[in-house]
Parts: sequence; structure tokens; C-alpha cells
Amino acid sequence: MNPAYSVILFTTASGAGYGLLVWLAFSVVLGGTLPTGNLAATALVLALALVTTGLLASTLHLGRPERAWRALTQWQTSWLSREGVLALATYVPAGLWLLVQWLWPAAWWILPALLALLAAAGAVATVWATGMIYQSLPTIRAWSEPLVAPVYLLLSLATGAVLLALLQAGFATSWHVMAILAAVLLIAAGLAKWLYWRRIDAAPRSWTVESATGLGSIGRVRPLEPPHTQPNFVMREMGYAVARKHASTLRMMALGAGFIAPALLLLLAASLPPVPATFAALAATLGAAVGVLAERWLFFAEAQHVVTLYYGAERA
Amino acid sequence: MTALPLATEKKLGLVIDLDTCVGCQACVTSCKEWNNGGYSAPLSDEQPYGADPHGAWLNRVHSYEAGEGAKGRTVHFPRSCLHCETPACVTVCPTGASYKRGEDGIVLVNPDTCIGCKLCSWACPYGAREYDYTDGIMKKCTLCVDRIYNETLSPEDRQPACVKACPTGARHFGDLGDKESAVSKLVAMRGGYDLLPEMGYKPTNKYLPPRPRKADALVGGTTPAETIPATDGSPAERLFAWVDRVLSA
Repeated sequence: MNPAYSVILFTTASGAGYGLLVWLAFSVVLGGTLPTGNLAATALVLALALVTTGLLASTLHLGRPERAWRALTQWQTSWLSREGVLALATYVPAGLWLLVQWLWPAAWWILPALLALLAAAGAVATVWATGMIYQSLPTIRAWSEPLVAPVYLLLSLATGAVLLALLQAGFATSWHVMAILAAVLLIAAGLAKWLYWRRIDAAPRSWTVESATGLGSIGRVRPLEPPHTQPNFVMREMGYAVARKHASTLRMMALGAGFIAPALLLLLAASLPPVPATFAALAATLGAAVGVLAERWLFFAEAQHVVTLYYGAERA
Repeated sequence: MTALPLATEKKLGLVIDLDTCVGCQACVTSCKEWNNGGYSAPLSDEQPYGADPHGAWLNRVHSYEAGEGAKGRTVHFPRSCLHCETPACVTVCPTGASYKRGEDGIVLVNPDTCIGCKLCSWACPYGAREYDYTDGIMKKCTLCVDRIYNETLSPEDRQPACVKACPTGARHFGDLGDKESAVSKLVAMRGGYDLLPEMGYKPTNKYLPPRPRKADALVGGTTPAETIPATDGSPAERLFAWVDRVLSA
């Protein structure tokens, strides 16, 4: 599958934003008090900025972005529509929460806590819907896998936790728990991704060109003449295979630079004074960003679509 | 609406005969010609005279080789929307632009509401949906919905353009939900089959397999190009045999 940059940016940026929203909500609810005004407002603004950047980026791959509102109508059958509805719905409690945080910092903590919980629930549901868009496609074996949506959610929670740990260290407000939690989540996400890779590598490739054409009774089937001289949309969109030859190297890089190294840096940050801890957390954030971008690129580039059978693939 | 009809009154579709298709691409070009001015218009091409020409076409004809040696043969293979009974391309559509008609089972894209997200093309195992880069929306076979019900055309022309264009009669149009229809009988008689049945999309269109080759058919590579007929023992044959022996001595 062709990895559209807009979709990669969307899923990683909004994933991190939603994860940040979740952990910020938990810190409000569990803390029983509002986090320091500046920190909470900064974190909320960053989360909403990431989510909004992602959502705007996602409209870039549309042929008719001006009609994007129509995508909110078919939530009964379409995970893409559900994602849009949930993403917009999450803005309501998150926006109100930001308003309360900003205009009425002395509010009884139950009010922001309630809004925070609603925003967190919306965030989790939105990321789950994003994962389900892919997991619900039977045409791509690597996506039609029960681990796809859980990995999307885990990566979102992990990158959000990394961001909150960075902000907490930057504001010098008790970052230790968040840093350790982020490290644990990164390791968990890395493990889940590694399991996912093992599963897709071991999956039987039972779809054949013989079944796609129905000509297997005659014998082995291979293409003789293509229907067109240059790649068409189907080949450009679904027949993308550039990164596959580097897949195993990229996987190791994503695991090492994106999950293991940031997790170690965060554990280090948990034991350092605020300023070096901030730098360690910043390095961890950059590493996790690179890792998650590489992971998302591979998610597309490694996925083989069943339609490639008509264009020369023997199995899918 | 992207919810699928529980059942459709008719199941209009195509039956494609892989035995008689000669790969002439007439159905491809007639489809492009009709639909460039029909329901899904335009069907844009990118750089038609440039280095990388490509465009939206609703019907593609591949050619495959199947089998080896004496069993091997060339099969021309038209591929277009199969108007499936359970098309995931419809249910994944976020806008409702994709829909399956309850009255005849035709799967259509509303060109006025499609946002060009391309998710339907991901959901289709058959590569039937193509993105129009100029128009910014998805295009697909309409089963010539603007021909088959078109009362301004004479009755014999109310058929999909590809069916009308086929010079060998390899394409048939009809109601596959009616067991007594000509297409259903053809499918039953010739063993028509579904593409990728394991995907569970229940395609309406059926393909008729190439007929088995006759036992005495001449097959390249296994039959000598020139053969010496067996002698029938007639005087003339005996004369030639004598001449042969003398010349061979």
C-alpha cells in the first residue's frame, strides 16, 4: 500500500495528541486537584494542536476536501465516518475543559475532572476507530489482524505519555511517575508491534492468482500482457512495495530508536534533576517520534493488497 | 446510504466468456467512450501524450498464460466491477456516496457527494474502483445505468457499452437473480464461477471458463510441423515407397 504522507502525519500526530489528552485527564482525576495551571493549559493546547494538525493533514489526501463534512454521515457502517464523528465529539469536552482551566482555574475540581474523563473517553474511542479502519479491511492480510487496533491505541497512549513526561519535567512538576509509565508503555507498545510483525510474517499467504482468475484448473497462471502500459491508480495506490526490501532493517531501527532507547532515556530522566531530565525526555520524544513515523510507514509499505494478484503477484 | 439492501429485486450483472474473449480491448475503449460522456463523466486521463500516461478506466483486459506445454494456453481476462452482493467498498464509504441499489443490485458512486478518500478502492479485492486524479473522486463501472434504462435508445441498444462492442459475443448482460434468464442458464450450462470466492464478497458477475481443448487439437511444440502420412497400401503408394527406397539407397 502506498504510504500517503498526510495519513502517516495524521495518525501519528493525532495519536500522540489523543494519548496526551488521556494521561492529562488521568493526572487531573487521580491527582484530585488541577495540575499547575500553566502545565495543564500548555499540555491541553499541545494535545489539541496535535489532534487538529493531524485532522487537517488527513483532509489533504482527499480529492474533494471541501466535501469532508459529508464523512460524518455514515457512522452506522463506516469506521472512517465513526472516526470523524468521534474526533469532532471529543473537541466538545476537551474545549470546555480548556475554557474552565483557563478562565475559571478556581473551579471545583469535579467539573474539569468530569470534562477530562469525557475527553479521555473520546480520545480512546477515536484512536480505536482509526485502528479499526485498517483492521476491518479483509483485502489486506497484514491489516486484517486482531492486533492492529490495539497497537494503534498502545502507540497513541505511549507517545502521549512521553509528551506529558516531557512537559512535566519542563515545568519541573513531579515527572517521575509519568516518565516511568511512559517507559513501560513504550516497551509494551514495542512488544505488541514485535508480536504483530511475527504474526504477519507467519500468516499463510493463501490467496493465489489462480483463485483470482479462476484459471487454476488449467495450470499455473502468470501474466502475459498487462492491460495498460503505465501503472494505473490501482497499481500506484495498492502496488507499492519500495520499502519492503528494507523492511527488516527498518523494523529493527524503529524498535531500537523508537521504543527501547526512549524507554531507557525516560527511566534515566526519572532519576535526574529537572533540567537534565528535560533534555533526556526531549531526546526520548524525538526518538519516539522517529520510531512511530517509521512504524507507520512500514505499516503501509509492508501491507500487500489482494488486488496485486491481477498484476503479477503469485500469492497474497 | 452505505447500509446494504438485504436483498435486491434483480441482480443485474455481466457474464464474461473467457473461452471466446480474444483480448481485442474493444470493450475497454467503448466503455471509456460511453462513460466519458455518461453518468460518471468525465473519465480523465493524466498526461495522455506525456511520459507517464495513465487515467481512469472502468474496464481492463489482462492477458494471462495458464498451464504449461501442451496444456498451456493464453487467456484474455476482462476485469471490471462485479457488483457484489456484499460489497465492502460500499459499507466503508464515510459519505454515503457509494451505494448498492435495492432494485437491481448495481453498485454506484454518486459523483456529487464522493470526497475522494479512496478507502473504497482499498476495500475492493478486484481493483474495480479507480481514482480520477483530475475530478478528485472515485470512478467505477455503472453497468451503463444510463444505457440499460434509457428509453431514448432503441431496445436492442439498452445494454452496457462493453456488451454491445464485443465482436465475439464474449460478454453477456442480464439478471443473474432470475434462474430462468438467459445469463443464468448460460452460467449453469458452462460452469460459470466467482472470482476470489474466499473473500466472501459474493460477486454478481460470473466468468465462464475456457472450454477444455479437444483431444486431437494441434498444439504448438508437441506436434511436428510436417507429418508423413501412413501408407494405405494402394498401387500408387507402393510405387512411391519403391521410389523412396531407390532414392534412399
